[in-house]
Amino acid sequence: MLCDNCKERDAVVHLTRIVDNAVTQLHLCEKCAAAKGVETTLSVPQHPLGDILQAVQQQASATSEDAAACAFCGATARDFRATGRLGCPHCYDAMEQSLRELLRRLHGSSRHVGQRYDAPVAHMVDKPDTLHDLRDRLRRAIDGEQFELAAELRDRIKALETEPV
Amino acid sequence: MSEPRPGLDLSLLPDGGVRWLDASGPNSDVVISTRIRLARNVSGYAFTGRAREGERLRMLAQVRDALSAVPSLSGSLLLRLEDLPLVDRQLLHERHLVSKELAGLDPQHPVRSGAAVFLGEGVGLLVNEEDHLRLQALRSGFAVAQAFDGVTRLDRELGGQVPYAFHREFGYLTACPTNAGTGLRASVLIHLPGLVLTKEIGKVLAGLQQMGLTYRGLYGEGSEVVGNFFQLSNQTTLGRSEEELQDLLVRVVRHVIEREEEARRVLVRDAGYIIEDKLWRAYGTLRYARSLTFDEAMNYLSGVRLAVGLKLITGLSVYTLNKLLIFAQSAHLAHLEGKVLTDSETNLARARYVRQVLLSEGSGVE
Ligand SMILES: [Zn+2]
Ligand SMILES: [Zn+2]
Repeated sequence: MLCDNCKERDAVVHLTRIVDNAVTQLHLCEKCAAAKGVETTLSVPQHPLGDILQAVQQQASATSEDAAACAFCGATARDFRATGRLGCPHCYDAMEQSLRELLRRLHGSSRHVGQRYDAPVAHMVDKPDTLHDLRDRLRRAIDGEQFELAAELRDRIKALETEPV
Repeated sequence: MSEPRPGLDLSLLPDGGVRWLDASGPNSDVVISTRIRLARNVSGYAFTGRAREGERLRMLAQVRDALSAVPSLSGSLLLRLEDLPLVDRQLLHERHLVSKELAGLDPQHPVRSGAAVFLGEGVGLLVNEEDHLRLQALRSGFAVAQAFDGVTRLDRELGGQVPYAFHREFGYLTACPTNAGTGLRASVLIHLPGLVLTKEIGKVLAGLQQMGLTYRGLYGEGSEVVGNFFQLSNQTTLGRSEEELQDLLVRVVRHVIEREEEARRVLVRDAGYIIEDKLWRAYGTLRYARSLTFDEAMNYLSGVRLAVGLKLITGLSVYTLNKLLIFAQSAHLAHLEGKVLTDSETNLARARYVRQVLLSEGSGVE
């Protein structure tokens, strides 16, 4: 939708206006809104995804973590920069350093001070890998050309398959 | 296309899934609803965006098995979104029960296998959204503590059955780092016509941001503000406790409510008859229009809602207006008419529906 005022830029603010006995919507771009005194509302991020991608990309580019893939899901720092999404909980350990910096930038802090959580006792011991899980992870590793990881997963699948039941 | 599926039976949803509309909560004339959601992930799985179909289905199965020991969701309804036609997924989204992403409403990201929602009384659980689990509680009016209690109970029960991914330093781990830490997003859906009409809204929203809150439109992330309805929520999730995040929202929203009430007093004092005339015209349009777009309907509804708040229009309940807010949307109208509607048919159906409701539920006695 184009700005009602300049008809050039995209409208980003939508105000209700009452003029000449009619309630109308006024759609304005950031600039024209600013001219009408609503400028400050627009610095509110409307698209958090865009924001986080920007923050991620702004971060010190190539780090030593860049080359390494998460051993669980195969995601790399490059994947993260492209999508703004991490691949699995283990990615937080794999990219710990740069994430700490990013979290500080996003939240003003990287330290959780809220409720603590302990996983239920029955799950304290990692559940054994199932063939299903390993095969999914293997396919993902091959898709991502993580061949070292793929080789390791293939070995584990073989070991499981040959295990006496 | 596979065989046609019957439309969703709305009577199956607990309370129709819309008890939060009933205007029974505190400050219901200004605050429509309060929602708190917690983002959680299960350890041992790739996040949904990277998971393969088999992993997502196993995730859903694991959650389903665990629910027998989760009283908050006993007797809840499970909806597998991939089994529902588009119009039903849209309808659930219009009721604020599922996110756009989970409902697969973006043509670029169709509904994914394993996407599901469990709906209980006042609480819900979304499975395989951006995060494995999104727990939410929805309450009528400005009821942060009550919503928090509901979602915390669900969290405790579920977290005792399913191992969440939790990090000693970063807290609850989420697919997007913007949700890490508490994973808590507390928000209110608030109606601020007074601040918009007095042009105070810009300052108020700027102030919110400085306090660490953010605003969005009716449907959350990226959606436009229509009809002067704003969703206010905490911007950060890490570095503050759950209680601090709640307190912040309560404090700031209470202030916004006061500012809105003050703006309404100013409107009545300085522009009484002009405002009265405009608001009655808004009501007249809703009463007699033959075609209404969604944005028009929302804007006139905003005017009527303000008129009811100012006691200019009586005999019309806030509940009725809340219902119109939800039920005058396109998927709801398609359900009402029993068929898929074109845009212009939707506008006709909307005007017809609004006329009927206003005729039967309130005369707007002068
Ligand atoms: Zn413009
Ligand atoms: Zn990973």
